[in-house]
Amino acid sequence: MKPFDHLVLILGVIFLCLPVVMALMSSTHAAIDIHTNGLSLLPGGDAMATYGKVLTHRGGFTGDVTGLLMLRNSLILGLGFAIGKIVLSMMAAYALVYFRFRFATALFWMIFTTLLLPLEVRIMPSYQVMAQLHLLNTYSGLIIPLLASATGTFFFRQFFRSVPDELLEAARIDGAGPVKFFIDILIPLSKTMMSAIFIIMFIYGWNQYLWPLLMTTDESFYTLMRGIKSILQVWIGSQIPDYNEAFALAVLAMIPPVAVVVVFQRMFIKGLTESDK
Amino acid sequence: MTDALTTNGAPKTMRDRLRLWWRAEPAHPMKRAQFNAPLAPWLFVLPQIAVVVVFFYWPAIQAVTSSFYIEDPFGFGATFVGLENYKTALDSTQYASTAAFTAFFCVVVTTLALGFGLLLAVKADKVIRGAHSYKTLLIAVYAIAPPVAGLIGMMFFDMHIGPFTEIAAWFGYELKVGVNYWDTVVALVTIAVWKQIPYNFIFFLSGMQSIPASVREAALIDARSGWRRFCDVTLPLLAPTAFFLLIINITYTMFDTFPIIDVIVKDKPANNPMTLVYKVYLDGFKGNDIGGSSAQSVILMIVVAVLTVVQFRFLERRVHYG
Repeated sequence: MKPFDHLVLILGVIFLCLPVVMALMSSTHAAIDIHTNGLSLLPGGDAMATYGKVLTHRGGFTGDVTGLLMLRNSLILGLGFAIGKIVLSMMAAYALVYFRFRFATALFWMIFTTLLLPLEVRIMPSYQVMAQLHLLNTYSGLIIPLLASATGTFFFRQFFRSVPDELLEAARIDGAGPVKFFIDILIPLSKTMMSAIFIIMFIYGWNQYLWPLLMTTDESFYTLMRGIKSILQVWIGSQIPDYNEAFALAVLAMIPPVAVVVVFQRMFIKGLTESDK
Repeated sequence: MTDALTTNGAPKTMRDRLRLWWRAEPAHPMKRAQFNAPLAPWLFVLPQIAVVVVFFYWPAIQAVTSSFYIEDPFGFGATFVGLENYKTALDSTQYASTAAFTAFFCVVVTTLALGFGLLLAVKADKVIRGAHSYKTLLIAVYAIAPPVAGLIGMMFFDMHIGPFTEIAAWFGYELKVGVNYWDTVVALVTIAVWKQIPYNFIFFLSGMQSIPASVREAALIDARSGWRRFCDVTLPLLAPTAFFLLIINITYTMFDTFPIIDVIVKDKPANNPMTLVYKVYLDGFKGNDIGGSSAQSVILMIVVAVLTVVQFRFLERRVHYG
């Protein structure tokens, strides 16, 4: 039954990928063209004009926000979140696995309880806390609250537990202290794990929507996801909406994470299936 | 380290776990060899603890406390009202219909996304020619953010340019997403399922590829029909993966579909379907009903907490016997 298997897979690929291809192709047509002819499967001739405008045109209420700026902010959020997550969770996991100290168990439960509640259910009070701390419209306010979940810690804890005990015993005989062991032995050993987790977390950070939506009222902190929200708000009431610009923005917002998944596919699957969410 | 309270180093029951906690010993003895420095572990764990306390416990506690108060709309303090907010939320017909829609949405999206993910994984596991390309193409959509998925979906269901609207028109049906309740439901379900299929595909495929070759060969000898083989061998072996995915898909539908709903429904909740999380956001940020929104948050917290505990208990078992 080989032909049937292929048929099912091809239909699956069409269902999943066709909308993306059509978004990409339509972004190269003029708005009026899309308005009269609908979405397109073939490239048009307006790519340079549309992307040029989306990337550099100063829009928004203040007239300061450009596509490039939003691209930069998304990158800051994605990278900042991924790096912050890895640093915090590796350190915490190291303390929990490699040290015998009082309250270790209490701290363990305290950290892992965060897995119970996603940010969405405590969004209102989180916003209020940020306002009290004067962290609205800052990069730290955008990134740090997202770090308050234990996904990464859980992952590194599992990994450290699988590291042979002999390594620590040998290091101790050689007179290595906790910091030296961590930096010289454990970090080099975790390189693969760190890259896998980095990919997952970069995508997660890049794709954040609700938190940037609430946290950033100042347009100079807008990410691409936030930009999608504002382009749709302008939409209502216009004669011919800027379909092409919306598609171009969508394409810009999806290229980096999709590229990361395609290029680092093996690493990505490893990170996803082993991190247990 | 093994003592009366543990079997193979893991605590037996919740009570034993509490007693271990009380004795301040790690619930899961980590290593034969550990460092015994008094200060170092605290320095390592402190950044994470600080972030968790400030950005998790503080807001979570605040959600619980403000759910017992009604805030003055003009900012002149708050009045303690006990369980009033919960009563108001649970009594309102709008809350009931939102909860009903959320449950319906969860069932439909989870069923479809799991079904398609499994189907594609079974087929991708079989084929040899082009297997890698199929895999890459089927996985890529995972990386697309929900709001982007919502935007693309919105275009496909657009009343002027949407291909789906055109297709419906061929059959003489006028598709009005954003205006007609059930048309909007169809759009939301389609987009939410589209976004989630790759995730389920990845997990089902890696679950299937971890089935040992010897088991597959034995099955091949015992059952000639592919369907029988699938039902008797593959499916039971995939059950742990399926259960894990079930919980993940339910939480996905409850929370991660927020951007999709926000893009499709926008800020026009009138007569449009929405999930409980979206209602928390609307009541809190648009309606300024902080007490009511917090009460709804707390109800949701309990639901998620139960789901997660179920998932953990199961994961623990998988780690032990898997």
